[in-house]
Amino acid sequence: MSATTQQTRVVARKAGFFRDVWNLGARSLRSIPRDPETLYPALVIPVFFFAINVGALQDLTEVVPGFDYKAFQIPVAILFAVTGLSRANIVVTDIQSGYFDRLALTPVNRLAILIGFIIADLALAVAMSIPVYILAFIVGVEFVSGPLGILALLGLTALWAMVYNGFPYAIALKTGNAAAVNTSFIIFFPVVFLTPLFVPKEALTGWMSTVVTYNPVTYLLDGMRSLVSEGWVMSDILAALGGIAALGVLTVPLASWALAGRVRRS
Amino acid sequence: MEYAVHATGLIRHFGDVEAVKGIDLAIKPGEIYGFLGPNGAGKTTTLRMLTTLLLPTAGSATVAGYDVVADALNVRLNIGTALQEVGIDPKQRGLEMLRLQGALYGLSRKDVDRRISELEALIDIGDALNRAISTYSGGMKRRLDLAASLIHHPQVLFLDEPTTGLDPLSRARVWDYVRTVNREMGATVFLTTQYLEEADALAERVAIVDRGVLAAEGTPAELKRSVGADVIVARVAEPEQAREALARVEGVQRVEAYGDEVAVSVQNGAALISDVALALAGAGVHVNELTLRTPTLDDVFLQVTGARMAEAEEPAAPGEEGAEA
Repeated sequence: MSATTQQTRVVARKAGFFRDVWNLGARSLRSIPRDPETLYPALVIPVFFFAINVGALQDLTEVVPGFDYKAFQIPVAILFAVTGLSRANIVVTDIQSGYFDRLALTPVNRLAILIGFIIADLALAVAMSIPVYILAFIVGVEFVSGPLGILALLGLTALWAMVYNGFPYAIALKTGNAAAVNTSFIIFFPVVFLTPLFVPKEALTGWMSTVVTYNPVTYLLDGMRSLVSEGWVMSDILAALGGIAALGVLTVPLASWALAGRVRRS
Repeated sequence: MEYAVHATGLIRHFGDVEAVKGIDLAIKPGEIYGFLGPNGAGKTTTLRMLTTLLLPTAGSATVAGYDVVADALNVRLNIGTALQEVGIDPKQRGLEMLRLQGALYGLSRKDVDRRISELEALIDIGDALNRAISTYSGGMKRRLDLAASLIHHPQVLFLDEPTTGLDPLSRARVWDYVRTVNREMGATVFLTTQYLEEADALAERVAIVDRGVLAAEGTPAELKRSVGADVIVARVAEPEQAREALARVEGVQRVEAYGDEVAVSVQNGAALISDVALALAGAGVHVNELTLRTPTLDDVFLQVTGARMAEAEEPAAPGEEGAEA
């Protein structure tokens, strides 16, 4: 313990934004396989809903000639797999354990702390949607837009996951409370269910038709379905990106505000 | 740089709660400075202001020559901090955490690994560095936390109650560690503690903080000398009566009554203890115990605050030890 050691004189300095993001992103990525229980719902829920929805509505909907209900439901399964899958609970653990303070005591760029987590979320979103694609191939869904279309779907999925996760991160950073973060799942229901989840938009009537028109996730689903069933329809893809951006206008400032509040020294 | 830590009129309010009410500090480079006080005294709040985690409500402070408000980045680059709540990520391995810590201070992997190999001898964790931190004992976690705070070779090391919750063996190792860091790395150490023996054993100078203000400051020897050369402690049934009787004894410098205890400060306890016993008997005071000892920092605390350390706890302010973050 009291052994004498020659101490190297090193000079501390700011590592820089990108190196901070890289280092903290790597840390978040390492944490994923060490926390496997958080992934189980994302594996089970999409398959469960896919089976239920297809089982209940396939015959009813496929009376329309050429309509493939399995292809129609695959984007829904992808959304179920990735929506809300975040590292927000790690943020809470960091806050509660004092590790967040340890980070705040370093010269790290504050925004890099959040982006480091988001990098892991992007990787996770891609990884967790892969089982859904395997399911799609098993049940015979054809992706009309081809392999590049699947890459585009992965890109949309990752962007969606990043934007949606602004909710749980905002709650985690604001409250530092795991139970509060878990309640963010409540947001999931209106955001995802008030969409043409089960039947095409044209089949909806009344207030539901009005609500889905204003829900940006409707346009994300439409864009994803378009890539699966129709090919490269740029207007649908742009509308999907617009839908993601519309939600981002809400969630990105919310998460940024919560981060600023957490690192504020007052 | 004249002072490693310098503060003038440092104040921090949390709403209506005045956690720190105007603290002045002047700590020279290379010093081990003990900040001693009970829970809720304002120690952690002061430390959080000095380490840039909290803005002062009023007053100013420099650490390593940099202003804690205007130049927080340079303060962070020059300090290492181990907070009371061990700041570690249990999902990481010890080695991963230290490497990340070094990388966040802009160190190259080569420099980080060299620093880790130097610190390994100090932290004495051995092969456990490659294990998940969640498997570490409390003492190992504390030592890893200290290593993380030293990875970038800071000029000033802030330790917030570094031995709270540790067993005596682990506590002794941390003390040894602090002395080694101070001696071999030349780091100034600012140490908050609620343990009198810790301040006595480690600190070259001690500040006694109570209810957000500095009640006394000096070397442990100076502070204890201020109480007197010896202390005669009587446990009695009638403390007020005893206090009045003992105040009249010739050679008694000061009498403090607290609970059933009366502490008498004198220059030569051996010569005066019989006079004290006679005075108590003459006043009809029933004596349960009469002891003679040299003064402790707790006697200093009693003298300057009117209470024993163990009894002086205040409800913790937000950001203070024991308070919710």
